[in-house]
Order: sequence, then C-alpha cells, then structure tokens
Amino acid sequence: MKSSRRRFLKIAGISALGLGAKPVLDVMASSSETAAPKTAKGENVLTAKRWALVIDTRKLQSEEDLDPMIEICDKIHNVPKFENKNHEIKWLWAEEFKHEFPMQEPDFLNDRLKHMSFLTLCNHCEKAPCVRVCPTKATFKREDGIVLMDFHRCIGCRFCMAACPYGSRSFNFRDPRPFIKETNPDFPTRTKGVVEKCNFCAERLAVGKLPACVEASNGALTFGDLDDPESEVRAVLRSNYTIRRKPALGTGPSVFYIV
Amino acid sequence: MLEKALTGTKKYYGWIAALLAVIGVGFACYLWQFQFGLGITGMSRDVSWGFYIAQFTFLVGVAASAVMVVLPYYLHNYKAFGRITILGEFLAVASVTMCILFIFVDLGQPIRVVNVLLHPTPNSILFWDMIVLNGYLLLNIVIGWKVLEAERNNVAPAGWLKPLIYLSIPWAVSIHTVTAYLYCGLPGRGFWLTAILAPRFLSSAFAAGPALLILLCMIVRKLTKFDPGKEQIQSLAKVVAYAISVNVFFFLCEVFVVFYSNIPEHVDHLKYLFVGLHGHGVLVPWMWASMIFMVVSIILLVNPVTRKNETVLVVACIAVFIGTWIDKGLGLISGGFVPNPLHHVNEYVPTLPEVLIGLGIWAIGFLVLTALFKIAVTIKEEVAGLA
Ligand code: SF4
Ligand code: SF4
Repeated sequence: MKSSRRRFLKIAGISALGLGAKPVLDVMASSSETAAPKTAKGENVLTAKRWALVIDTRKLQSEEDLDPMIEICDKIHNVPKFENKNHEIKWLWAEEFKHEFPMQEPDFLNDRLKHMSFLTLCNHCEKAPCVRVCPTKATFKREDGIVLMDFHRCIGCRFCMAACPYGSRSFNFRDPRPFIKETNPDFPTRTKGVVEKCNFCAERLAVGKLPACVEASNGALTFGDLDDPESEVRAVLRSNYTIRRKPALGTGPSVFYIV
Repeated sequence: MLEKALTGTKKYYGWIAALLAVIGVGFACYLWQFQFGLGITGMSRDVSWGFYIAQFTFLVGVAASAVMVVLPYYLHNYKAFGRITILGEFLAVASVTMCILFIFVDLGQPIRVVNVLLHPTPNSILFWDMIVLNGYLLLNIVIGWKVLEAERNNVAPAGWLKPLIYLSIPWAVSIHTVTAYLYCGLPGRGFWLTAILAPRFLSSAFAAGPALLILLCMIVRKLTKFDPGKEQIQSLAKVVAYAISVNVFFFLCEVFVVFYSNIPEHVDHLKYLFVGLHGHGVLVPWMWASMIFMVVSIILLVNPVTRKNETVLVVACIAVFIGTWIDKGLGLISGGFVPNPLHHVNEYVPTLPEVLIGLGIWAIGFLVLTALFKIAVTIKEEVAGLA
C-alpha cells in the first residue's frame, strides 16, 4: 500500500485526480489485497512514447494571444496569485526572446521576435536534471516522457529548482490555498513547502483530452508523440525550422519553438 | 565524563545562559517559519536557496578541517598535535551538528525528511551528502570520546579505533567534496559549473577551520589551566597560511578562466558579485571586503615575523574567518542564483527572522562546542594534575 499512490500516478491513463475514478478505484482496491501490482488504463487515454509540444510563435503575436492559454492553465491547476513576487508560482508564462533564449539572441534580431512574448513552461526534458537530483524521487519521469511531481513525497529541499536550467519550477513559500481565485475540485491544491511545475496536463491526457493550452491555442500549439514518425508534431517539425531552449546543455527539451 | 560539562564557574553558566537565550529566539522564529512556511525568509523562485544553505556549506568546511590536526598526528606522527586532536574532532562534531540543523530548517516539509531514507536515491548527490555527513559525525563522536576516555584512564586507545581514525581522514575530504558536487554538477549554473569548486571548497575550509581552532585554543589557554601549546598554534598558523594562499590562487584561476574565455554565462555571475549587474549589486562591498580580508591575512600569516606575534596572529585568523565566511556564507549561493537561468536579475537579502534562526543554530553549535571542550579540557587538566 505504501507505494500505491506512486503507482497510481505512474499508471498511464489513470488520473491522480479522481477523474475517471472508477477504474482507478478498482485498481486501488485490488492492489491492496493482492501482492502483484496491477496497472490499468482508462478507456480514452492518450498514450505516447515521448510527448512533445511544438509552439508556432508566428501565430502568437502579442501577449494577449498568450493570455487565454495561461489563464486556463492557472485556472484548472489551481495556480495561486501572489502579490509578493518572492512567493510567485508559475506553470505557464510569457518571456521575451532574450530571456526565453538567453545567449541565443542574435545581435540584430528582427523586430517581430525582439518584442514578442514567448510561452514558457517546463520542457519535460529527455535527460531531466531535476529528476537526476531529487533525493526522494518526488520528481520522476514517466514512461511517456512527462516529468511529474509527487506533491505528497516532496520534502521541499529545492534541489530540483537549482538543477533546472530553465527556471521552470516554483516553490510554495506559504499556503497557496487562500490565494486561489476559484478552486477546481478536480485537481489537487498544494500545501506549503513543496515544489510544483507544469505537468503537460497529465490529468487530461488520462481522459483522452489534449493539454488545456493546446486546446486554447487556436492551432498555434501542436502536441503529440515525438517517437511516432506519423504524428502531427513530427509532421510540423519536418516542415518548419524549430529551436529549443539551451540545446547545448544536453537536457533534450520536448518543447520546440517555430520562430 | 559527561558530568564535567555540568559544573563550572559563574562565567561558564553565564555563557551557557546567553547561548540558550539566542537559541530560544531562534527557536521561536523557527516555530513561526514552521507554521507559515519558508515565505518568512528572503528566498524566492529565483534565489531558492539562501542563508541556511550557505551556512551549511561553510560549516561543512569547518567540520572537514579537523583532518588538519588528525592527519599530521596519526599519519606523520607529528606528536605536538596529539594535544589538540581532540579539540579538532570536537569542533567537527559541533560543526556537523550545525550543518544538519541548517539543512533541516531549509526544508519546506521537514516532517517528511525521512523520505530520503524511505526512498533512497543514489543518483541524487543530496543522498550521498546525508550519508557522508552523518557518517562523519558518528566517526568524530566515537573517536573523540574513546580517545579522551583512554587519556583519562591513562591507557592507550583501543586498537579498533585506529582503522576508524584512518578512515576519518579521507572521510573528512569526502564531506566537502560531496558538498561541492551538490553545486558543480548542475547544468546552466555557470558560477558553480567548474571543476575547481571542490578544491576551492577544501582550501577555504582548511583555512577557516584551523583559523577558528587557533582562536579557540587561545581562548582555552586564557580561561583554563590547559595550554594547547605555542608550537601547536604556530603549526596550525602555517596550515592556515598555506590554505588561504592556495584558496586565493584557486580563486584567481577561476577568475582567469571566466574572464579570458569571456563566456557570458560564467562572466555575469562574477560581475554581479564584484561590480554589480544591470544596476544590482548588494554583495559588491561584501565581496571586496572578503578579498581584502584574505589578502591581508596572507600577508600577516606568510611573514614569519607577524605570524609569530600572537596578537597579530589573532587578527589574521579573524580576517581569514570573516573573509572565507563572506565568500561562502554570502557570495557562493547568491552568486550562483543571480542572474537566474532566464537572465533576470532578482537579488536576495535574508530577512531578520531568517538571520535569527541562523544565529540560533550557530548558538546550538557553540553550546555543543562549549560542552565538549569543557569536558576535554577538564580531563586534560586532571591528567596533567592541574585540577
Ligand atoms: S524544464 Fe526543468 S523542470 Fe522541466 S524537466 Fe527540464 S529540468 Fe525538469
Ligand atoms: S524539492 Fe521536492 S521534488 Fe524537488 S528535489 Fe526536493 S524532494 Fe525532489
């Protein structure tokens, strides 16, 4: 029973959040009785070998174009809003080119790119440094490439925050619950003292839905299996020039930008 | 032997009471932090480690430096240090105690700390740091205690202690090496991403630790009938002289590589620390002060005339201690996190409760140190027939 919650999170197709609760509860019930761990998948679950996101920045000109995506992400994931900048929690946010791609900025960057905002989020790195350093496996990599957090195991040492070269992680410096505008009961709120970040909407994939930002992007975002040559992301990558953040670090980001 | 720590002069009780008061204030602040979260500190999303982890790092060095008295005595049979190895070992015990406490107060979910044991993760350096630190603490408690007991009973230390003592030598090096590996293996943190970080840690440790030990020896000599010895202090002073020189040399190596290669990801952190970046530079005066302290101490320690003058030596040791403390206890962590990976400059300044919690832990360390030194010195006095 000790590891049941972990298995619970790991099982592809089972949301940790009570969506599609029926199969989940069945598994939980049986796993506490029998020794052999069982896994089960939801009926509509979306699966992949390695999930990836392609962001077509040509279709996202201004910050206003990013707002709907950021808003829906914050809303469904119970991301709090703090006045104090030190306590900030960010899953999906906007950055200028020089911050999104530091040291990759050409001297005479064209005006469009120079002043536009780029979507910033966890890259779900192939060789994720955050996973490497976590002393409790609270940050772990799923078989489909998604880097997830177990909020109940995290001890709040923040080693993962030092290790992430993209500033993708946030720490709950205080109880976030009073600062959530409208709590979404289908997703867990966090407690003080744990780290969190974008989860590629693992809870939505589990019930056959694409990530919320992708859905709200009007086609600017493409999500799919990087390992499948027939997938839409691969098609987009084949026909467009894309860049990734800090490629020289060897982390292998799964988020691509068409610039 | 423990009872020796419980009796003493009025001054002794007064000192203990003062320490307890500081601990009390720190503990009250910790309760507040425990209840509210780490939001009462100055840390942020961008500077996610601060004062606590910096003190931890500095103190690992002080702990490791016990090896500087143990090694000459046991490996090179340098008899003079036999008088003070116990002081070095007990200083290590007090320091590691503080290290562990500093890690603990830095955790967001302290009650879950056992998760590190429940889910052991060898690919995490923090896992190894836990092992080497606790191992080192245990080694020094056992070795220090048993050797002192033997001294009191006028017998040779038990044979099984020898291998433990030899083991404690590389172990001391390991604690600071592993601590450096916490930082220097992280991609995208240009300030820490340097192979010389562990050697730098060790050199500054072998300067700061023995410098503190010299000061402690002098205090012991003043307050008790036990004299750690002139020769011992002078030998330690030479250790400090070489270590602080090597430390500055290593730092200059770093400066050369960073500025000659001119790679912005490395340059910007040093610039932030020493001249400020984009108008931000709270640490600039501190870092220069640190450099001045270190250089002045080198001049005073390398020159035999000044080194042999004990008053000057005290000044030099204080300079070494402050200089290395600023370097590691302030610059190292902030310097690594500013600018952040997205190249924003968000500075860090510790808050008052954060500093008070830190002081509380230092006071706990000094309490442990006082008690252990009291025991050691009382026994030394007895053995010498001075008591
Ligand atoms: S972007 Fe950062 S948090 Fe996300 S997987 Fe990579 S290292 Fe981890
Ligand atoms: S803060 Fe939590 S997730 Fe991050 S390294 Fe520590 S235990 Fe792992």
